[in-house]
Amino acid sequence: MRAGGFLIRWAGLALVLASPVFADSTLPPAPLANVQLKDAAKEAQAQALMATLRCVVCQGQSIADSDAEMAGDMRSLVRTRIAAGQSPGQIRDWLIARYGDYISYDPPFSALTAPLWITPLVLLALGAWLARASFKRRGKR
Amino acid sequence: MSARLIWIPFAVALGLLALAAWGLYQPADRTVRSALVGQTLPAFDLPPIVPSKPGLATAQFATGKPRLLNIFASWCIPCVAEAPQLLRLKQAGVVIDAVAIRDTPAAIADFLARNGDPYAAIGDDKTSSLQLALGSSGVPETFVIDGRGRIVQQHVGDIREDEVPGLIALVRGLK
Repeated sequence: MRAGGFLIRWAGLALVLASPVFADSTLPPAPLANVQLKDAAKEAQAQALMATLRCVVCQGQSIADSDAEMAGDMRSLVRTRIAAGQSPGQIRDWLIARYGDYISYDPPFSALTAPLWITPLVLLALGAWLARASFKRRGKR
Repeated sequence: MSARLIWIPFAVALGLLALAAWGLYQPADRTVRSALVGQTLPAFDLPPIVPSKPGLATAQFATGKPRLLNIFASWCIPCVAEAPQLLRLKQAGVVIDAVAIRDTPAAIADFLARNGDPYAAIGDDKTSSLQLALGSSGVPETFVIDGRGRIVQQHVGDIREDEVPGLIALVRGLK
């Protein structure tokens, strides 16, 4: 019994101290992965775009938030292209042409995403209609 | 409100619960697929990574012979598992080109010595540039390219043993 508790305590400690293993290369990050552009306005543009692009490795994060190597490579790509004079819209379109709308956290209006945009409006209208009907009834009493 | 109508919210709630349960038990497919399948290969030109093999450029495709474009790395463990399948594909006459993602010449030479060398050419991609240009999201991935340089299929993850005959048949059927 005591030995069991001891084991469990050690196993718990080992779990706490263990770090997750990532399949990462030994190369340093891409040139502009973690280095800001010298032009502050361009860096701000790049940052704003990076916050709306999905990291394809850790799929719930943006490439601005992710530590994945591929996210670093994508940040470097965004900064290189912004520095070369491309607009954020051009870079987003370039990535969407390769990964689909999935890469962008700013969903475009399409048949698939229409319910996302329209449902709140429909629900609001329904609520207003319900409220009107119940206020009317109260008024008559 | 009539006695029957009062059950409607209950039914709606039950429906939502069923939807949530269905979503929880559905195995989610998190595979990121390239939107370039069916289109021509984007332009690229990568230097060689080992002295014994040429690098990789768009011009090497579209030569009338279908090829595989394998995205791999020496630091990628599934790539080791995939190596025997690539060797079998090569034995069957399938030409395989590769791009090494974020790698070094020494590590690639060691990887080829350990796991066999099925590649006709290997491009050096230190910043995943070709990977991003192809809409690929990891290693290993394999793109099937036809003789006109068009992307026919994307295979995400390592090629398993039972997938080899299908790939050989696909490549043989292409022009």
